[in-house]
Amino acid sequence: MARSAARGTPLGQSPDPRVAVSMTVNGERVEREVSPRMLLSDFIRHELRLTGTHVGCEHGVCGCCTVIIDGKAGRSCLAFAVQADGASIRTIESVADADGTLHPVQQAFRECHGLQCGYCTPGFVMSIVDYLEDTPDPDLSEDAIREVLSGNLCRCTGYKNIVAAFRRSAELMRGAR
Amino acid sequence: MKPALFAYAAPQSVEEALEILASDEMARPLAGGQSLIPTMNFRIAAPSTLVDLRRIGALNAHAVEGDVIRVGAMTRQRNLERDGAVQRANPLIAEVLGNIAHIVIRNRGTVGGSIAHADAAAELPCMLVATGGSVVARRAGGERTIAAEDFFHFHMTTALEVGELLTEVRIPALPPRTGYAFQEVARRHGDYALAGVCALVTLKDGVCTAVSLAACGVASKPTRLAEAESALLGAPPEGEALARASDAAREYATAADDRQASADYRRDLASALVRRTVTKAAERARERA
Repeated sequence: MARSAARGTPLGQSPDPRVAVSMTVNGERVEREVSPRMLLSDFIRHELRLTGTHVGCEHGVCGCCTVIIDGKAGRSCLAFAVQADGASIRTIESVADADGTLHPVQQAFRECHGLQCGYCTPGFVMSIVDYLEDTPDPDLSEDAIREVLSGNLCRCTGYKNIVAAFRRSAELMRGAR
Repeated sequence: MKPALFAYAAPQSVEEALEILASDEMARPLAGGQSLIPTMNFRIAAPSTLVDLRRIGALNAHAVEGDVIRVGAMTRQRNLERDGAVQRANPLIAEVLGNIAHIVIRNRGTVGGSIAHADAAAELPCMLVATGGSVVARRAGGERTIAAEDFFHFHMTTALEVGELLTEVRIPALPPRTGYAFQEVARRHGDYALAGVCALVTLKDGVCTAVSLAACGVASKPTRLAEAESALLGAPPEGEALARASDAAREYATAADDRQASADYRRDLASALVRRTVTKAAERARERA
């Protein structure tokens, strides 16, 4: 119905309907008009220019685009921006303090050398921040940590240090409480 | 890739959603989007309109009521997994949910979405068939309850008709003297299962008085392993009876060779998983007795 109507659109003009969305991103209110098919990941990167959220596979496998949506980590490539209307979003840009002081999870990645090229890192950090905020006394066995990290891929194959960074993150966050 | 163009609606009520769905047979409900959005990103699916159910509060509730767990279609998988009352009523549910993808996916993925999507390799449809659960489908002016065994027809094909919306999933509580187990084999942690088996075993005096077995990933829909069940009925869940059940499961693995596994390998998996899950379920049945 919508698509057949759109086929008559003159060249050079977007046939996409526009939907008004407003949400809070990293504590700031943003309002835009977007196409319903705009992925939340593209909204964050292209509309808001917050390019710390990376896009790897665009079908939910790699975890690079993980952000926190209404207090729960989620894939921003598996959500449309319109679905986030009214939501509160946190991206990697909000994780360190304004003065540059690293979040304990970022600090742990630094100390443990939990990254190499860094492409997957924002996704790992957001998944771990969400998990540890939700689970202050996590099971720190190798298996349990790998279970939590299983939704994020690192193609530099640096998992050993990422597991160490998870353990260190939990320590640092416990210390900070 | 990016999805094809579609129109978007986010109604506040089931009635409003039904009206849109009934007016356009290419419209699709959007629940958690964890299966639908990737298929749209690949342009395998191209609905004309997405009817986003997120504003319909009535669909986002669940409760244990007597011997049934009523789960609103929009209940997030992770919420159900972590609910203590649900765990007590039927611990199988959390075990099954723990096998679905990853925590971050389960944070957004919904129970109703997974069941309506009806991937033949998916865990929740298999569990619903094994437990003898059902779904509630609403349409303008009415609703019907569909038993799990009648609901799943084929890969991504269900008994839902145009204009019908799955609003609730009903999962029976774990019966007394019954043990449970779900196990799957996947190439990578979190992938869809090459094969998975869900087992419920009820024991009395060491003998199986009820057995329910269902498999996912091995056929065109989640499948009850009836022959394997009858091999165990009236017998202890071990030795010769278990060997016969495990062997009978092979016949149900009808999926053809694909990139991930050969048909033979899937038959072996179905067989091995029946042995493992029945053993585990029987062990738990004894612990509960």
